[in-house]
Amino acid sequence: MDTMRGTSIEFQSITKSFGAVKAVSNLSFTVEPGVVTGFLGPNGAGKTTTLRMLLGLVRPTSGTATFAGAAYRDLPNPLSTVGTALEASSFHPGRTARNHLRVYAAAASIPRERVGTVLDLVGLHDDADRRVGGYSLGMRQRLGLAFALIGDPGVLVLDEPTNGLDPEGIRWMRGFLRARAAEGRTVLVSSHQLSEVQQSVDRVVIITRGEAVYEGSLAGLESGARVRVSAVDQPALALALIAAGAEVHPDAGVLVATGLTADEVGAAALAAGIVLSLLAPEHVGLEEAFLGLVGADPDPAAQVVPTATEEAR
Amino acid sequence: MIAAMRSETLKLVTVRLWWILALILLGYVGFTAGLLAGLFGALGNQLAASPGAPQLPPESLPAIVYSTTTAVGYVFPLIFGALAVTGEFRYQTLTPTFLAEPRRGVVLAAKLVVVGVAGAIFGVVGLVASMGIGAPVLALTGNDGALGSSETWLLAVRIVLAMALWAVIGVGVGSLIPNQIASIIVVLAFTQFVEPILRFGTSIWDWTAQIGQFLPGSAGDSLVGASFFTSFGAGAAGAVSLEWWQGGLVLVAYAIVLSLAGLATSWRRDVT
Repeated sequence: MDTMRGTSIEFQSITKSFGAVKAVSNLSFTVEPGVVTGFLGPNGAGKTTTLRMLLGLVRPTSGTATFAGAAYRDLPNPLSTVGTALEASSFHPGRTARNHLRVYAAAASIPRERVGTVLDLVGLHDDADRRVGGYSLGMRQRLGLAFALIGDPGVLVLDEPTNGLDPEGIRWMRGFLRARAAEGRTVLVSSHQLSEVQQSVDRVVIITRGEAVYEGSLAGLESGARVRVSAVDQPALALALIAAGAEVHPDAGVLVATGLTADEVGAAALAAGIVLSLLAPEHVGLEEAFLGLVGADPDPAAQVVPTATEEAR
Repeated sequence: MIAAMRSETLKLVTVRLWWILALILLGYVGFTAGLLAGLFGALGNQLAASPGAPQLPPESLPAIVYSTTTAVGYVFPLIFGALAVTGEFRYQTLTPTFLAEPRRGVVLAAKLVVVGVAGAIFGVVGLVASMGIGAPVLALTGNDGALGSSETWLLAVRIVLAMALWAVIGVGVGSLIPNQIASIIVVLAFTQFVEPILRFGTSIWDWTAQIGQFLPGSAGDSLVGASFFTSFGAGAAGAVSLEWWQGGLVLVAYAIVLSLAGLATSWRRDVT
């Protein structure tokens, strides 16, 4: 396949409030072409709202989301620049898959031949002329992906694309996303489950309660979590690490530093002229690190209930 | 805009709704036209045979029969227009629609034009039924179907125009009331119940009749220039009526006001 350079996606301080509830709060991150970026967070974290703001479907309360500086609505040929599959099954049940795609190809002035091409690509060739109302969830996901691909876009934005797919379909999707990124396209994939995307993503952005809690490599998520470190002069080491931006806790006679990688801890000790006696990054496991990040906050429901009872009196 | 109109056309022809509605319209208008042609044709003959009785002039019969297309059929393009919009909300197809064409005003404008054309086609279908069945039945009762008269064909053109405008008004209603069930209930309640009462009520006094002629149904009848309702109902009570072109402009005004209101409300909202 030929290379297809995607544009970068930039979220800048984007915020969305629904009344008093802040669904997305001051979120900033960049998605680069050529890699698969996972957009992770538990259900209700604000992922879909963030993506819908990017696509001009939801108006941000403040902030911007752009494709190389251009808002979605200002793209000259949006479907040929950005392909989107959102989680809601947005199909008229009485329309066939082929006609569904024809409708939007016509709106975006995309040649009709593309409809057959993308139906073949997602494996819906044999069911293309059936009404979508009779489709399984997995087939709807494939049709959603066909819609995303109709304009052969350089950017793919997919919301929970593996939902409803069988293991075979998930494996296929993994390879598909990797191949698109390898062509130089920008691929942003959301999921509420790290395990579903961890084999296909290169970078992750993790949000919870509408706020970003991690942005970086998958490896960094795992290994950068905790570093066990010790030195002859432990108080001096602790001061040096805190100065370098780490959080430090004593644990079983050594120090546990969080917020720095092992390399950074070593460099901070060297800069302070401290001789290390132990430097061991702890591997906590991806899933554990992910859950630690998104589940760290106390349950707000536990605080809401007493307040409501008080007001009722 | 051309691309958006092609897309909106495909949306209408790739689901079964349009021809189901067209078939019901064909049957309903054909039945009503045939019934009226038979009844009034026979009634007119009887009245003519009894001197001193009020007369039903035979030359007024074709217009009454053919205008059943709008008199009983105008609710079809109205509902079709409303469904064309509310279906997008109901099936969440606004998402791919606005992804393909983010200029939402363009989408609504394309919908108004395309659904208007569809309404005109409904008008033609209704005329096929009302003329195709009404004219032979009139002939059977010894009356002239006036199919050779230019007045009849001018009436047909005004009927097609009225059906197109009703469809456009339906798009306006749908964009203002995006909930499909609510939209249909409002359309049916207003056209079948609220408006007939208002039209009758306003025809009682002169000054209320001045207002009543601007009700959409009254304006539609003015545009067409004939309806068996006005011939025997409110018309007898002295309701005033607009010129045909004024009636058309009133319908256009309803379509514009409703569509702009929809554009400013439901059409601008977040699509979630």
